[in-house]
Amino acid sequence: MALRVLVGVKRVIDYAVKIRVKPDNMGVVTEGVKHSMNPFDEIAVEEAMRLKEKKIVKEIIAVSCGPKQNQETIRTALAMGADRGIHVEIGGKEYENLGPLHVSKIFAKLAEKEDINLIILGKQAIDGDNNQTGQMTAALLDWPQATFASEVTVEDNSLKVVREIDGGLETIHVKLPAVVTADLRLNEPRYATLPSIMQKAKKKKIDKMTPSDLGVDVTPTVETVRVEDPPVREAGQKVETVEDMVAKLKEAGVV
Amino acid sequence: MTQLQQLASTNLRYAVKTLYKNQLIFLGREYPKGEKYFRDRCHHAFMKNKDETDPEKIKELIGRGEYVLKELEALYMLRKYRALKKRYYDQ
Repeated sequence: MALRVLVGVKRVIDYAVKIRVKPDNMGVVTEGVKHSMNPFDEIAVEEAMRLKEKKIVKEIIAVSCGPKQNQETIRTALAMGADRGIHVEIGGKEYENLGPLHVSKIFAKLAEKEDINLIILGKQAIDGDNNQTGQMTAALLDWPQATFASEVTVEDNSLKVVREIDGGLETIHVKLPAVVTADLRLNEPRYATLPSIMQKAKKKKIDKMTPSDLGVDVTPTVETVRVEDPPVREAGQKVETVEDMVAKLKEAGVV
Repeated sequence: MTQLQQLASTNLRYAVKTLYKNQLIFLGREYPKGEKYFRDRCHHAFMKNKDETDPEKIKELIGRGEYVLKELEALYMLRKYRALKKRYYDQ
């Protein structure tokens, strides 16, 4: 079998960075903040690589939608082992309001154009936590979907996928072509950012295109009204004696 | 044989430099306690053996450096996995 796989890689604020809300409460601070590939997308790339090492997959195409810096994210995917990249360039206002619907329309178009049999995506991105792109891509293409995958086996012309569901696991069969979204326990991604490996990745090709090249309209459909920090946990108090404690509790109206 | 071991069989000095600069210091940039913390300690470890001239001993020390590289990769991976598990899966 020689499957052609498309993997989506999103550039997000690094998981270890403390997120700060902008003073105008319209978003979070992204300038001068370390970015990296969405961890769930790393798992998706790794899964594609493992299928390639088993000779089930012929070509892996890594796709990212966003500004120029997204090329770094695509390079990381190429360093991990993807064969080539596609950068769909979207900047400014359109990028700020880019949602899962737009991205899934782009993925669906690319899947048709590149003759793709399998799309592997992260189940969600750690910035927007939307968990929608995989599902919507499957719907737009009218392909079966296997979301929250924790184990993928390829059988003839179908996939056996073990899914993580509330309180247990579910095993399903889906026919190819299909969309799979990766859960945390699917695999352990390889570390691929050493200079020597990155150098090799520089020789691989990244195609550039715009949403209009694909006939996708990225006019915002959702408006951000307000972004707020989660509530801060209030500090506790130390009391000297039992009497003090009882008094405090009475004050708080709990006894 | 790893790339570095191959390098060590032809050019020991270059192998040590590659290990230090291109691999350890590069990986150290993401060290949880900070780049400086890691670089100081790494530098110290290399300086401690700067007068070593026995090729076999140097190869052994390079091997130790490669072990630290693997440990660092494992540390970063585990740290990320744990952070995600805590954020998304702990009830």
